[in-house]
Formats: sequence, C-alpha cells, structure tokens
Amino acid sequence: MPVPCNETAAPDVLSFMKAFTDIVCPTPKGLYCPPGDFYIDPTRPSPRAVVTHGHSDHARAGHGSVLATKETLAIMGARYGADFTPSQQAARYGERHRIGDATVWLSPAGHVLGSAQAVIEAHGRRIVVSGDYKRRPDPTCAPFEPVPCDVFITEATFGLPVFRHPDDGKEVAKALHMLDVFPERCVLIGAYALGKAQRIITLLRQGGYDAPVYIHGAMEKLCSLYESLGVELGDLRLTKDAVKGEMMSKIVIAPPSALGDRWSRRLPEPVNAFASGWMRVRARARQGGIELPLVISDHADWDELTGTLLELSPQEVWVTHGREEPLVHWAGLNGLKARPLHLAGYDEEDGEGPQGDNLKSAEDAAGEPA
Amino acid sequence: MNRFAELLDRLSYTPGRNDKLALIVDYFRHVPDPDRGYALAAMTGTLDFKHAKPAMIRGLIEERADPALFRWSRDYVGDTAETIALMWPVRPGVNRVPDLSEIVEELDRTSKLDMPGRIAGWLDALDETGRWALLKLITGAMRIGVSARLAKQALAQYGSLDIAEVEEVWHGLEPPYLDLFAWADGLAERPEHGTLAPFRPVMLSHPVEEADFARMDPADYRAEWKWDGIRVQAVSEGGVKRLYSRTGEDISGSFPDLIEAMRFEAAIDGELLVVRGGAVAPFSDLQQRLNRKTVGKKQLAEFPAGLRVYDLLVEDGEDLRPLPFDERRERLEAWVAARGEPRIGLSPLIPFANFDDLTELRGHAEAESVEGVMLKRGDSPYLAGRPKGYWWKWKRDPFLVDAVLLYAQRGSGRRSSFYSDYTFGVWKDGALVPVGKAYFGFTDDELKRLDRFVRDNTINSFGPVREVTHEPDKGLVLEVAFEGLQRSTRHKSGVAMRFPRINRIRWDKPPREADELGLLETMLE
Ligand SMILES: [Zn+2]
Ligand SMILES: [Zn+2]
Repeated sequence: MPVPCNETAAPDVLSFMKAFTDIVCPTPKGLYCPPGDFYIDPTRPSPRAVVTHGHSDHARAGHGSVLATKETLAIMGARYGADFTPSQQAARYGERHRIGDATVWLSPAGHVLGSAQAVIEAHGRRIVVSGDYKRRPDPTCAPFEPVPCDVFITEATFGLPVFRHPDDGKEVAKALHMLDVFPERCVLIGAYALGKAQRIITLLRQGGYDAPVYIHGAMEKLCSLYESLGVELGDLRLTKDAVKGEMMSKIVIAPPSALGDRWSRRLPEPVNAFASGWMRVRARARQGGIELPLVISDHADWDELTGTLLELSPQEVWVTHGREEPLVHWAGLNGLKARPLHLAGYDEEDGEGPQGDNLKSAEDAAGEPA
Repeated sequence: MNRFAELLDRLSYTPGRNDKLALIVDYFRHVPDPDRGYALAAMTGTLDFKHAKPAMIRGLIEERADPALFRWSRDYVGDTAETIALMWPVRPGVNRVPDLSEIVEELDRTSKLDMPGRIAGWLDALDETGRWALLKLITGAMRIGVSARLAKQALAQYGSLDIAEVEEVWHGLEPPYLDLFAWADGLAERPEHGTLAPFRPVMLSHPVEEADFARMDPADYRAEWKWDGIRVQAVSEGGVKRLYSRTGEDISGSFPDLIEAMRFEAAIDGELLVVRGGAVAPFSDLQQRLNRKTVGKKQLAEFPAGLRVYDLLVEDGEDLRPLPFDERRERLEAWVAARGEPRIGLSPLIPFANFDDLTELRGHAEAESVEGVMLKRGDSPYLAGRPKGYWWKWKRDPFLVDAVLLYAQRGSGRRSSFYSDYTFGVWKDGALVPVGKAYFGFTDDELKRLDRFVRDNTINSFGPVREVTHEPDKGLVLEVAFEGLQRSTRHKSGVAMRFPRINRIRWDKPPREADELGLLETMLE
C-alpha cells in the first residue's frame, strides 16, 4: 500500500505544495502518484514503477511492473537479468500511457542513453519529474527537451555556483595531451560504467583518438549494449587480454573504484584520471589521489539548473536531492517558489559518490580479480 | 596565460618529481619569451606584487555574488581563492585573454587604486583555471609542490645545461630571464653575473660505507665535525652581503644578525647554527629562525645565529676553489683569526691517526649539534656538485626503536595502489600511542609484502587510511630509525622524530616486545 502523503512530509512543506500533492507527493519510497497508484524511481520494490533511467539508484530490481524507455529496460535487463520484473512496458518518447486516473509520458532528459523525464498529468495539471538530466549535447543520447509544466521536480547534485562544467571536448583533450607528455605511461580514466564511460569513448573518438581504448572487464557488458543500441565506440579491447607494453600511451577506462586498486598494477605507470563533476573542486581530486581531474558530468551544472528553471518558470519547483538549500535560495531571489524535498536513497552523481567511499571500498568489488 | 595556468594546474596534481620536470620542460619548449621567463620567476618565487592582496580580491567577489551563495560555496570548496575562481560570473567575449607577461608587467605598474578594476578585467577574460592561476600568482600561495631548485633543474634539463652553472649565474639575472633562455637555446653565451656577491655552487659529499675504508689512507684525509645545522654560503663583495642556502636560495632576510657580522670581502662555506655563549645549540633552536620573512627582536636575542666555517672559496676577489683543500684550509684559518668576529668561528679539524680513532669520537660525540664526521681529502679542489672520491660524510648511527604499525595510508602517484605511508606507535601504560609516520626505507619487494599485510589485517577503513591489527600478540613491529627527537605539543605522544624511516621490518617480533614511550623520552634532544 502506498504511504499516505500527509504523514511523510513536514506540514509547512505540505501546505506549500498542497495544490499538487494529490498528483505527485514525496514518500520514503520515492515520489508517488496517487491517481495512477505508481511510484517514480522507487527506492524499494513497488507494485508499479515508472523508471526514468538505468542508473542503479533510480532503476532497482523487484518491482511488480516497470514502465520505461526500451533502452532503460535493456540496461536493467543487462544489469539484473531479464526477469528483473514480471511486467515490462516499453514507452517511446512522447507516447501517452494511461495509468489509473493519470496520464504518463516520457520526454528525453539528455542524461544517459534512454534517460527520460516522467511527465505526469492528472486533474488538469502537469508535473514533470526530471530524474537526472543535463542540457549540453551528448553524442550518446537524445537531448533534453523542456516540457512546460506546473511543477518541475529537479535534482540539485551540482546546486552551487562553483559548479560549472567546462567544455567536455577540452577536458578530453587534456587526457590526450597527457599521452604526448608521458609516452611511456597510460592514462587511466575512472568513469561510471553506465553512460559516462561510453560518452568519454565517443568524445575521444571525436577528438581524433583512433587507437584502441582498453576497458576494465566491468565495462564490457554495457559497452556492448550501447553498441547494439546504435552507439559506435570503435576499437575496444579488454585490459585482461592485453600485455603491459601495448597500453603505453593509450587510454584505459575503468570504474572509479579500480583507480588505485591492485588491478591497476597491470597497467604501465597509469596517470590516474577521474571523470566527474566533482573534479571541479581541487580538494576532492587530491583526496582521491587523482593526477588528472576531468570535469565531465552527466548532471546539470549550476548554469543548466538555473537556466532550466528560468526557461520553464513553473508555478513551483521541488528539489529532490543534492545541494537543495542554495538552489532554493537562488529560486527565491529570482521570483520562483521552490521547496526542498530531501528525498533519500538517491546517490550524488550516480553512485560515483563525492569521492572517498567508492575509491576506498571498491577494490574489493572491482569486478576483475587483481 | 592559458598555458601558464594549465602548467600550474598540472603541477598541482602531479606528485612525481620527474613528471613535474617533464611538464615544466614541455612548457619551456612550447611557450615563447617573455612568458616562459615570467613563469620561471613565478615558480622560483622571485615575483612580489605589493598592491594586489587577498583582501582586495575578496571584495571583488562580494560585489558580484549573492553573499549566501558565496558562503555556501566557500564552505564547500574550502579555499577562498579557488571559490572565487570557480564562481566568478562569466562574461563571454568581453576581453581577450591576457598574456602572462602582460599580467606580470601590469601588476607591477598598476596603482593601488586601479588594481581592483584591472584584476576584475582579467578575471572576466580568463576561464576557471586561468582565474585560479591568476589568484594564486597574486597571493603568492602557489602550493604546486615546485621548489625554486626544481624549476631551475627543469631549465637546466631543457637546455642540457649544468644545474650548478645555472645556479651560479642565477643571482645576477632578472625576470623574464631572456639571456638565460637564449643560453639554454644555444643562441648566446652563458650570461655573466653582473651583480656582486653571486652564489657559487657548493661541493657535496658521498656517504662512506664500511667497504670504502679499505681503499682510503687515513693520511690523505682531514676530519671535521658534521654539524647538525644548515649548510650556507656567506658572500660579501663590494658592499653586497648575501647568505645563500646550499641550493642557492637567498636567505639573507631571515638572518640580519649574521649579515651585520659579515664585514669582509670573501665567499665562505660553513654551517649556520644557533650559537649561544660560544656553545652550539640543538637544531630545534635553529628551527625557530628558519622560514621567517621577518625576525623579531626576541628571536634575535634568544636564538642568535652564528657560523662555523669550513672553507674559503674567494678571498679579496681571488678565486681559491682550484687550490687543494690543505692550502685553502691554511688561508681559512688565518682569515678567521684575522676577523675576530664572535659570530664567525672556525670549524675545527679533528686530529686522528687512523679511522678507528674517529669511530670512538664519532660514537661518543657528546655535542648534540654534531651528526657525524666529514672526511675530506687534503688535495681536493673545491668542485661544484658531488664529485666522487674527495669528500665523505660519516654519519653518527641513527637512533632506533621498535614500534608497532597502527595505520597505513595509500601513497600517491605511482604508489597509489599501495599502502605505503605508515603510522607507528609505542607502548605507554599498556596502550599504543602514535609517535611518527614513515614512508620510505623499504625495498619494492618489502613494500609489496607490507601492502599485503595491511590488506589482510585491516580492522577499520577511513577513506584512504586503514587501521591494522595491533594487539600484544598480533600485529607488525617496525624497527624505525631516526636522527633526533624533540618535544612536540602537536603530537599526542608529546614527541616528534626527525627523518624517521623504516630500518627493518620485524616480521619475527610480537608487538608486546616493542619499545615503551619511556625509552624515547631518554633520547630527547
Ligand atoms: Zn541520480
Ligand atoms: Zn543518473
């Protein structure tokens, strides 16, 4: 049974959001839509789920049914096995689905392949749950499409004005420059296995890098899936099949957890790089022993977050997780009504975490044996 | 400016010394004059801008950003200059990106009143790395892990020059060092040092091993104390007085008392020490005088600086360096006697007939300020660098304690997949208290085994740090060697070690047999 909304949020928040909580409301399991009796990206098994994208904090196994794009369903299948739910419903972008008394449709979010915003309409009002999104072009997925709405629900992972992601092509060029400066070393880029890894490989190709890209075993499945869904990645090879010498002056991509792991000893003197929006802050990069921080994120930066809010100018903005206070404060200064939801269970930047946790524990779970 | 910013950015993230050198050499290769010269000046700490200060920069951001958003950002980032660089509002297309040389020259020229506007204009035109580099340049707090010596080394490497020669000419030259780069590029002769009192590259020694003695005739050698102070070169020529560190850094500013006492026309090599009533004080007293831009009256009175001199390089314009040691020594002794300057004393020769006499002396050197003995051939000229076969250093045996490994931390750079930094402790009232940290002294194979031990015996993880088992019968004992011990309020144990390193790994010894803090207290300086 869904948790009644009025028991889960503070009274002042509810009075603020009252006009819309009968359509979507926050609960400990995630956002819930009473007229359709479904959850969006539920953090625990639920009878009916709409899933915005395949990152593991949004897409979990064990729901009674899942509505998502066919790419997201394929990603979930690759991750959890084909039986991750008894009932899969593939939705095209823009295609309307009636669930109970609500209508749901998906609009591209520009986050990773298959990512979508969930647009929920009921009682003549429209609420957009944006999931994770970004506004800049990404060669591996469809671009974000703004949907005018009454309530826009946004994350705020990078909700501080210090977070402005630079041009991703320039960031990748830094990695390529390192290959020139240190021809006897390789550049090991830590990147999340879903989305970030494939985007970086595509950017490398666009930057003129035609040599083989060596990948950690944990990347293999999702890279193949991307290729089968039409994203070309070029010559990929597994590090476990390679000898040390051939990886000199080459790019190697591995999950962030493999950086500094014993696994990396098979590589020729790796320059440790990490592709993440967190790399914008020097202390973060140093903490993780990163030699080459690459500020590349699949999340909206400060300018994208605030630009999107101004562009949509919804009646209300709800902020799910991240740095909610600064974004809400900014919205107030700019004449927008905004409230933090403090939703729990969603990782900062897709489980890459703001450093530390992953880098420390991962070696034990890093997929390939050492 | 973009290339310079990129260089600083790369250097700040690159731990390895050789990799840093490669980056700087790459920069010198690709960036034209005068920018590369100003970059060299920035890295060697030769630039100082009197009108551009941190407080003014803070004022600039306060005019442009919401104070609450700035505060949240500052708390998150942890560094004011970096926060400003990151959140500075972008004004695309307002300005062309200035060259480093333009910035340096303008910073020097611009009045205090015009400075904020000038800096704001540059911040508008630069990207975030450029803004960060500009703010670091202005505030002088670079923290990129590059010493002046390393920057000069890079220049030497770039031009295939001898670092000693670079250091020798350095003090006569000024940014942007056009003549220096012309020399490095093979387009001009070595620049002459036009100024007086230049630094002369010092002569260094090799550690002596037991096996070396068989090949050495005691009659050929002279022995001196190896002082536990700072090797310096004191030069006074034509009224210009300078005190240099052994790498050629000008440290005159910290020692006005000594500069004042340099009433001579010569270049001498000696040890900088705190000398009180004719007696040499321990190194910890000298530390009170180091790394200070200005010295107070109190420090001057409590920690008076003095010199123990052991070589005379130039006397009244005559270069003595080609002469044999014995001849220079004779001149030196006469020179010191003629001075009669209480702050400048002769470092005595220690008489000995055979090396065993010295073993005795060396082992029982009561003076806390001696760390061993120097052996110098009587016929050795004064040569730059570390020539083989002339000078030897014979260090007093280090102090040793058996300590227990408590925590291990991941190394950086190429060591980042190893737990290579070790915190160790000794017993006090039945518990282990940390007394120090060491990250060298072991072979690669030992490192692998230590790393394995850490991973197999972890009881707690905090970020990159692991706590390992340390019980009376379970854990690892490390024999730690160190040069001296001082009281410290910053350490829980109350003591701090100098140059601790792992001497031996006692795989055989249970932690209960490790040493007590009481033993360390008897070793205090
Ligand atoms: Zn997320
Ligand atoms: Zn995501």
